[in-house]
Amino acid sequence: MIEFFRDLSHVRDAPHLLTGVLAGLLASVACGVVGPYVIVRRIVFLAGAIAHMAVGGVGAAIYLRFAAPESLGWLRPIHGGMIAAVAAALLIGTIHHRASERVDTLIGALWAIGMSVGILLMKFTPGYESELMGYLLGSIVYVDWPDVRLMLALVAAIAGTVLLFHKRFLAICLDEEQCALQGVPVLGTSLLLLTMVALTVICLVQVVGLILVLALLTLPAAAAGQHLARIGAIVWTSIVLSMLLTTLPRAAVYGTRISPESAIVIAAGAVYLASLGARRLRARRGSSGAIASAPDGPA
Amino acid sequence: MSGAGDPPAIDVRGVSFSFSPREGPRAVLDRVDFVVGGRDFVGIIGPNGGGKTTLVRIILGLLDPQEGSVRVLGAPPRAARRSVGYVPQRASINLAAPASVLDVVLMGRLGRSSWGWRFPRSDREAALASLALTGTAELAQRPLASLSGGQRQRVLIARALCADARLLILDEPTAGVDAEAERDLTELLHRLNERMPIVIVTHDIGFVASEVGSVLCLNRRGSVHRPQEVTGETLAAMYGGSVRMIGHDGCGGGHGVHVHAHGHADREPPGARGAAP
Repeated sequence: MIEFFRDLSHVRDAPHLLTGVLAGLLASVACGVVGPYVIVRRIVFLAGAIAHMAVGGVGAAIYLRFAAPESLGWLRPIHGGMIAAVAAALLIGTIHHRASERVDTLIGALWAIGMSVGILLMKFTPGYESELMGYLLGSIVYVDWPDVRLMLALVAAIAGTVLLFHKRFLAICLDEEQCALQGVPVLGTSLLLLTMVALTVICLVQVVGLILVLALLTLPAAAAGQHLARIGAIVWTSIVLSMLLTTLPRAAVYGTRISPESAIVIAAGAVYLASLGARRLRARRGSSGAIASAPDGPA
Repeated sequence: MSGAGDPPAIDVRGVSFSFSPREGPRAVLDRVDFVVGGRDFVGIIGPNGGGKTTLVRIILGLLDPQEGSVRVLGAPPRAARRSVGYVPQRASINLAAPASVLDVVLMGRLGRSSWGWRFPRSDREAALASLALTGTAELAQRPLASLSGGQRQRVLIARALCADARLLILDEPTAGVDAEAERDLTELLHRLNERMPIVIVTHDIGFVASEVGSVLCLNRRGSVHRPQEVTGETLAAMYGGSVRMIGHDGCGGGHGVHVHAHGHADREPPGARGAAP
């Protein structure tokens, strides 16, 4: 770990160490801000579907760039992923809102189809398998400055939107019917929140990859929610927790054969499980946290 | 009653409604008339599936009727709904959300202030005043999930009042509430009725008989009665079978009779309780 921070201090010799750390910190802000709403609104499954449907967009961008290099040479896989993720958010959010019955199966099907399309297109694109794998499993080691700039813009958009729409986001998490009575557009607000989830997914792509994106999006917020009763406190704790989780495990496995992305996700899982254990211990002593301690279902 | 020249708080004329076009336009409500004046305290009773909640949702502008006209506080329901305080039967509140009682009550101000992170001081003061009015000010920082049924109902009434309500509609406010809390709730509603008209949807015939000024008996079709006119025959006709009343002691507000309907199991009012007419 010491070696990691020593090399980090020599930025010129190891620019990718710095860009990787910055990518982790920016992604932490995004998932710390959006993750609590995902947990409270119970849309983890929708977030998973959005992430996996984004794979289709990444695959499509790689294929289109290969098929028409002159006209689409500028297209980066992350652009395709972003378009697909936002489109998936709008589609899934609308289906989820309008369907009168449970739509798990339909959303599960979209989840699988999106990912299959991405893998299929990759097969038509010789020599690009490793690039797609980088998006699937993460490639924090290879984050470059254009990636950091894109993430900075996304995080600014996410944080600004959440600051502006927080009351509406919390309100649809609390009571959709009351929102409608107060003139707050429930579908529009829900789609905007899912669009923020989609942009957060794109921020997290290079840190942990599309397959593991759910871990960082939800586990720090879920761990914080075990012990805190106010959304503001949960957001700040999630951000700090995510920053530690994207930095320390990577430093811990630096110079070893262990992939930093896996280390980050395993550490996030361990923190969540430890948090669950701590909450149970606390509950035995007579106090409890907010999200996890409240009963499920309506009042 | 409303003052001279004031429009009725609720003016429902010939309203019909159906969820499915195949069943025709009058499957749920059939040409219902219902007028509520300025200081009225009105009960709506009827069997399950009789259209009570549907009528309320039409008054709130959440559903549109196939036939008839609806005016609320002199305006179309959607235009008026920010001035209508509504306490739902089973609040669809997510108890697991990291929000305090104050956060829940502040939802009543969303129509006025829905941007940014925090509500302005004036909204917070209005929310605290509503909590004080309902006797729940000391609960402001508690999670809603930690409250009793009676406390929760009071907080939801505070949320309804926080919207500067000029009309209060409550769906089964006494369900799941113990006798003492029900007495407190009834007293609170009478105090609020000095300021605004109140409509209560209920299965509690005893409450209707002793507390409200008039009753809309609703089973697809509606008829308005004075409480003393709600007799066993009225109930039998409405519930679609014979009605048996069973006396009992001291279960809330001094009402003393259970009503059981026979003949149509799906029309039986669960837990209906009533006074001998």
